[in-house]
Amino acid sequence: MQQAVNGLFLGSIYALFALGYTLVFGVLDILNLAHAAVFMLASFVALFLVGRSGLHILVAFPLAVLFAGLLGVVLERVAFRPLRARADSNISGLISSIAMATVFEALALWIWGPNVSRFPFGTIPERQFQVAGAVISRLQLTIVAVAVAIFLLLTWLVTRTRLGREVRAVAESPRAARILGVDVDRVIAWSFFISSALGGAAGVLFGLAFNAIQPDMGRGVELKGLAVIILGGMGSMPGAVVAGFALGLTEVFVVAHLGASWRDAISFAGLFLILVLRPRGLFGAAALREA
Amino acid sequence: MSDAPALPLLEIEDLHVAYGHVEAVRGVSLSVPEGSIVTLIGPNGAGKTSILSALAGLHRPRAGTVRLGGADVTGLPAHRAVAAGLSLVPEGRAILGRMTVEENLVLAGERRQPPGALLAAIDEQCRRFPILGERRGQLAGSLSGGQQQMLAFARALLARPRILLLDEPSMGLSPILVGQIFEMVEQIHREGATILLVEQNARLALSVAHHAYVLEHGKLVLSGPARELAEDPRVQAAYLGGGH
Ligand SMILES: Nc1ncnc2c1ncn2[C@@H]1O[C@H](COP(=O)(O)OP(=O)(O)OP(=O)(O)O)[C@@H](O)[C@H]1O
Ligand SMILES: [Mg+2]
Repeated sequence: MQQAVNGLFLGSIYALFALGYTLVFGVLDILNLAHAAVFMLASFVALFLVGRSGLHILVAFPLAVLFAGLLGVVLERVAFRPLRARADSNISGLISSIAMATVFEALALWIWGPNVSRFPFGTIPERQFQVAGAVISRLQLTIVAVAVAIFLLLTWLVTRTRLGREVRAVAESPRAARILGVDVDRVIAWSFFISSALGGAAGVLFGLAFNAIQPDMGRGVELKGLAVIILGGMGSMPGAVVAGFALGLTEVFVVAHLGASWRDAISFAGLFLILVLRPRGLFGAAALREA
Repeated sequence: MSDAPALPLLEIEDLHVAYGHVEAVRGVSLSVPEGSIVTLIGPNGAGKTSILSALAGLHRPRAGTVRLGGADVTGLPAHRAVAAGLSLVPEGRAILGRMTVEENLVLAGERRQPPGALLAAIDEQCRRFPILGERRGQLAGSLSGGQQQMLAFARALLARPRILLLDEPSMGLSPILVGQIFEMVEQIHREGATILLVEQNARLALSVAHHAYVLEHGKLVLSGPARELAEDPRVQAAYLGGGH
């Protein structure tokens, strides 16, 4: 029970991160390898707002998420849009997003240094609850609640709003969307905003959860995020959520029963196995773009 | 069908369209009078789709000018071309198959209908094409070819076009369905629409159009009132022979 709680908690962060990752992939067929750097920068920005400016975390969190979203728009303008007309835009975009990630990391290193930074004591007051034999901290509860609220908001956005419809239309066929009068460039910019805001939200929650913020904190999450979106089916948003929770739970159970050194080995072996059985991932059938 | 002179709604002058080194359209000029059906016929690869793509903003023309109601609309991006009143029913239909019929209709209308008028406009199209009303909540990908063509028409009309651009609406449909689609074209015209119709089925196209242009290798080779072209021996030999 305790492990299930911890696994859900970790999984909600993976799921948020992977949702953003898979959203841009679904729309553009491009992996944005600067996603993890946005995750990291948002965490630092939240830390700065809480630590230096003394803002309450409830104010700092949305500001950091907004910052991450805007960073995503800049990223799209600088690293992706200039390359879009090229026949090899998938691979060239991959390279330019790696370049942007390097710039973001260097920036963080320059401003905050290589050491671990921490949120000031009491950012989220410590308090523990006993539920069905498991100990749940107020921090964990807050993080899961925020993640679930974001999932619901995103579901509403994608299924019910004009922007959500346009995002799905562009993801299925940019040409068909254009014919219907959709401003595809605008939709792509918004997709980057939403994607990076999700990555940023994951970053701030991760920073709060482990209270350890460093310029290279995105590296480990990046690989796991990739595993999650492959497992969920490239471009599938429900898939990313399910796979994110699955990975979080698996990791926690493996650490508890086999030890921490087995964690990544078992997780990635599991990923490999599932992909052999279901090559398109859990929700992959509907996620592939039509020609 | 009279050939009474009307103001040209769409005017194309010396249009050039190219893909890299391939020159698909080489200096085409034509005009479409308000309220008329004009058809553009020609063999495979003549450049018909390229002209419509340039009009609809899917591919920037290399040179030339396009005017709609006197305003220069040359090379507008697609979303602005739609906003200006150019609506395309494309070759292959471009249905969003993973979205519902209703979502396809909403997407087509929500930027172009006045506030509050969208649902009524969708209902109107569902009366015109009852099958769309019946299958409103189903995935558009589950529609048959003819039904998808109807969806493509309904979408184009929901954008409240000043001119409707039709690219081979008969393609891939059975003769009965082709007949229905062409009745629909005439019906939409009677309601006041201006239509530029691209077809390989020249016989049918000439039977509904007022004026016709024949395109070969990216250049216009003939033009005139549709009835006269249908009698023209060159057209009969090249496009109406063998009753195809
Ligand atoms: N995207 C493209 N890239 C390169 N060449 C193209 C492209 N689209 C069309 N072409 C070329 O341009 C020429 C005109 O093609 P277009 O599709 O406009 O002809 P069409 O008259 O519509 O033919 P069809 O009756 O077969 O639809 C052809 O030679 C075609 O190969
Ligand atoms: Mg064509």
